[in-house]
Amino acid sequence: MVSDMSVSMTLLGLLEREPSHGYDLKRHYDTFFSRGKPLPFGQVYSTLGRLARDGKIVVGEIEPGVGPERKRYVITEQGATEVESWLTEPVEAEPNLQTVLFTKVVLALMLGRPAEEYLDRQRAAHLRRMTELTEIRRGGDLVDVLLADHGLFHLEADLHWIDTTVARLDALRKVVRK
Amino acid sequence: MKAIEARDVLLSFGETPALRGASVSVAPGEIVAVMGPSGSGKSTLLHCLAGILVPDSGEVHFDGRRIDTLNENQRSVLRRDQFGFVFQFGQLVPELTAEENVALPLLLGGVKRAAALREARPWFERLGLAGLERRRSGELSGGQAQRVALARGLVARPGALFADEPTGALDSLTGEQVMDLLVASAREQGTTVVLVTHEARIAAYADRQVIVRDGKVNGLVHS
Repeated sequence: MVSDMSVSMTLLGLLEREPSHGYDLKRHYDTFFSRGKPLPFGQVYSTLGRLARDGKIVVGEIEPGVGPERKRYVITEQGATEVESWLTEPVEAEPNLQTVLFTKVVLALMLGRPAEEYLDRQRAAHLRRMTELTEIRRGGDLVDVLLADHGLFHLEADLHWIDTTVARLDALRKVVRK
Repeated sequence: MKAIEARDVLLSFGETPALRGASVSVAPGEIVAVMGPSGSGKSTLLHCLAGILVPDSGEVHFDGRRIDTLNENQRSVLRRDQFGFVFQFGQLVPELTAEENVALPLLLGGVKRAAALREARPWFERLGLAGLERRRSGELSGGQAQRVALARGLVARPGALFADEPTGALDSLTGEQVMDLLVASAREQGTTVVLVTHEARIAAYADRQVIVRDGKVNGLVHS
């Protein structure tokens, strides 16, 4: 899921590329960053409102006519600094410890339930999603390919964890059962 | 309707059981990935489905015909006429050019040389290999050689293509190109595909995935 922070920084970044109207910003955002989930206009304008309030953008020349799309937004020095700082800061390497799945496996073993079967179901769900992403990848443009790749590599890593855990279930069972 | 089916197949190598009651079926035109850890029996299962190995017990059917009871010669004819193969390594005959390699199944099936080469040549354009027709396998990259092997596997329009780790020796991007071409070509021809792989990303190209574990097929996994 894309956080509000990411939306805000992405719109700011798009404004660094060129001053723009709200409508064009949304269009560019949807083209590159919101696969299957267009950014609502309301969120575009509320985000722009906050960025203007915080001094990261200003409203440039207002073109004749009425309506918010007539406003042209321009990034400020402060906004550009913020984009630079956001881009250069590494994304947090999420610990992603599979906590829900891990908890299910351990609890299943404690209760004498078929943990391997649960993991098989999870593997099936992962493979199903990988098949969907592969289909998107095969029919898509380069942006789709990169996004699908990101999902595929993460799912593949989960599958490695699932396979390794299946191989260790007997040992784990001894550890968690009284 | 099933194109390929194994029923309760058992096979041991000496004292070591490889398949312990494996059952699987594949519909016509379906692409099924057989996954599983090393030593699970997935390649052995493929070899039984393709009539390369004969199970100790159980049945194997292709296109409604029982094939595990055929003799070596009959199975050899079946493989030549009905099946295509793509393996991980060393499949091309080094003395032959790429186009001769592609034409090989047709030549072995009795098609005249000129006609076989005529059939083989369009595959080079289709698989992005145009201009490489006269090269020998030593003059091809890994990805190019594997695409030539794929063309050879499909040139005779087989009823089934058996692919055992077809991308195992390739880097990930090249492997994906080969899989894109394999899936597109198989779909175009309506060829049934059984694909053995240990890589989930490759298995994700299939319509359905099954897992072989301890010599049995886990049918839980459906797409």
